Amino acid sequence: MTATTAASTEDPRRAGPKRRRLGGPRHGAAGPLFVAPFMVLFLLMFLTPLGYAAYLSLFQERLIGGTTFVGLDNYVAALKDPLLAEGVLRVAAFFVIQVPLMLLLALLFALALDSGLLRLARVIRLGIFVPYAVPSVVATLMWGYLYGPDFGPFAQLGEKFGLPVPHFLSDGWMLSSLANVVTWEFVGYNMIILYAALRTVPKELYEAAAMDGAGAWRIARSIKLPALRPALMLTLLFSVIGSFQLFNEPKLLQDIAPDVIDSSYTANLYAYSLAFTGQQVNYAAAVSFLLGLVIVIFSYVVLFTANRRRTS
Amino acid sequence: MHRASFTPDTSQMSRRLFLTAAGAVSLGAALTACGGSDGGSASTAKPAGQADIDKAMKTPTELTFWTWVPDIKQEIALFEKKYPAIKVKVVNAGQGVDHYTKLRTAIKAGEGAPDVVQMEYQAIPTFTITDSLLDLSPYGASKLKDTFVDWTWGQVSGPKGEIWAIPQDTGPMGMLYRADIFDKHGIEPPKTWDDFAAAARKLHKADPDVYLTNLAANEAAAWHGLLWQAGAKPYATSGKSDVSINVDDAVSKKLAAYWGGLAQEGVIGVEPDFTDAWFSALNKGKYATWITAAWGPVFLSGSAKSTAGKWRAAPLPQWDAAKPSSGNWGGSTSAVIKATENPIAAAVFAQFLNSDPESAKLFSTKQSFFPATKPLLTDPSFAGDTSAFYGGQKVNQLFAEIGETVSPDFQWPPFLDQAVTDWTETVGTSLARKKDTVAALDAWQTRLTTYAKKQGFSVQAP
Repeated sequence: MTATTAASTEDPRRAGPKRRRLGGPRHGAAGPLFVAPFMVLFLLMFLTPLGYAAYLSLFQERLIGGTTFVGLDNYVAALKDPLLAEGVLRVAAFFVIQVPLMLLLALLFALALDSGLLRLARVIRLGIFVPYAVPSVVATLMWGYLYGPDFGPFAQLGEKFGLPVPHFLSDGWMLSSLANVVTWEFVGYNMIILYAALRTVPKELYEAAAMDGAGAWRIARSIKLPALRPALMLTLLFSVIGSFQLFNEPKLLQDIAPDVIDSSYTANLYAYSLAFTGQQVNYAAAVSFLLGLVIVIFSYVVLFTANRRRTS
Repeated sequence: MHRASFTPDTSQMSRRLFLTAAGAVSLGAALTACGGSDGGSASTAKPAGQADIDKAMKTPTELTFWTWVPDIKQEIALFEKKYPAIKVKVVNAGQGVDHYTKLRTAIKAGEGAPDVVQMEYQAIPTFTITDSLLDLSPYGASKLKDTFVDWTWGQVSGPKGEIWAIPQDTGPMGMLYRADIFDKHGIEPPKTWDDFAAAARKLHKADPDVYLTNLAANEAAAWHGLLWQAGAKPYATSGKSDVSINVDDAVSKKLAAYWGGLAQEGVIGVEPDFTDAWFSALNKGKYATWITAAWGPVFLSGSAKSTAGKWRAAPLPQWDAAKPSSGNWGGSTSAVIKATENPIAAAVFAQFLNSDPESAKLFSTKQSFFPATKPLLTDPSFAGDTSAFYGGQKVNQLFAEIGETVSPDFQWPPFLDQAVTDWTETVGTSLARKKDTVAALDAWQTRLTTYAKKQGFSVQAP
């Protein structure tokens, strides 16, 4: 199986240069023209703000005394900033616990839906996906209400049946409570990506496997999972980026648990607070750049280890 | 909405009106000083002459006004009727931190800032430090001094006689309490904070599900109001870059020991306010009092409908019963952005909006704002209003009387947002977690001092 996919992905690559050489002269002018709108937008909407942020991060503007050029001072300060380090470590912990759980759930749902054994598969599929359609702000407000320690439904049910319900908004539970909200929101999204990938697996493979005597589990393990690898990689990368940028959920839960979620609870929240509460835009820019760097490194590490496992 | 906002959601308040206008009452001509009918008496340099003002008010102009006040069109219509050449475009740019963040960004960008802007009292120094507000004294604002409640005028005035904004509404603090719960447990409305503490212990002991009050661990504004009442001077600025920060002085420590002690004993609540749980708690009688401001009565009557008729209002308990005092929580003003191209029209508009008797009255009837003008506070149709929610009590009159005991000397720091965040993460957290609140004051002091120094201020030692 792995040999087949490897061959099929290599084929077009080998054919590529030949085709390009053939078509080169004819499409010479049209190519850049087609790409131009993208490049203009890319330049305006991505590179320019990025460059501006980089530029900002080299200065220090103070309420008294104006703006001075400080070189890399902001970066040096940010690297030494315990609040930033704590925020990054916190989201890293969040990533390690929440992402595998969420992807595992998404994978199980995708496999179950793809197995064709479920009744009402479409309804279930939609049901799992619907939370993704709920804006994260709304989702967080809703969960915030459900978590309520006195009058939240969980607490009330617990009281009614004499069960001990944990204080979801306390220091010890907050990360799990956030993980629950994020999982609820994104399982469906990841499930759809995985499910779509599963649908592209040729039916013949299943037939061949069945003829070789493979059961449903064996097919899932030997055919479906390997076929899902690129899609899983994609969801994993999205999750790295999403986790490290964790913002909406803690920002909103801050209102109901201000003693647990402080202004530097996650790195992204910290950058926001620096810019908009402390008016330290320049330092916030440096913090954001460092956060971006952390995400790049993490993504690379994840990709690298996953690829190594694949080749070994 | 992000709750770094310093005042409660006023749009919510206004939806819950209980004030009814008991007929229009003429307030006399005392308030029509807007625009400077006899010009030129302003104390600061280059006052705008009456001729200039007349000319500007007849020139077709469009003013942009950022405000979160709902239905303010009615007040604006009055202005446009008097000055048909001027059109006012209303923009709702959000509320609280959102509003100020957008404003700061627009001012910095040099484009897109409004001419006139809604601004809470405590935010004024944060914008004067960046030199963003227009001094209104050359445009006749000085003459309005006697129209407004004394302490509000202190809040909008600068050290050199500048007038940075025109007061719109206020929030002198008082106490709303559940008469039925008090009666049931034989508790008298506490006159002093000592009585209050005793009542808190007594009530919670008698009924462990009920607390005398809730001191919200996220409400820096309420804390500042209580500091104000206790006579603390947490912030002071002299000159532009000299600031003194005394958030851990003796008065503050007394306050921290008191509230921190009650929180640690577990006889008061410390949950965040304006949340689902908190609304529910007020409805279900978990708290027997709400320490709030003059906008609180209307707000509560809309938010805790199931408890109608059971509430009463009283002044805050006192530290010294012989010298009653109170603090302020909330309320806002209209300020003019310095970069405006129409300073005269903008200044006249800000003044008219808040001092014209008819317009000011609309705020108190249509938006249920607690007035900042003296004539309105004594107006029988306002002060004499009774509310069934408060058992027929004249709540407005009570808060009007409380307003006279608010000290005019309280100052705000030029970096309010930071002060609020730091309070929540030190003092507020200590309350919520039942830790040492007095020690948390020191942490607050340290954090704020460090911040101020980093921002280039020279911080005076306390």
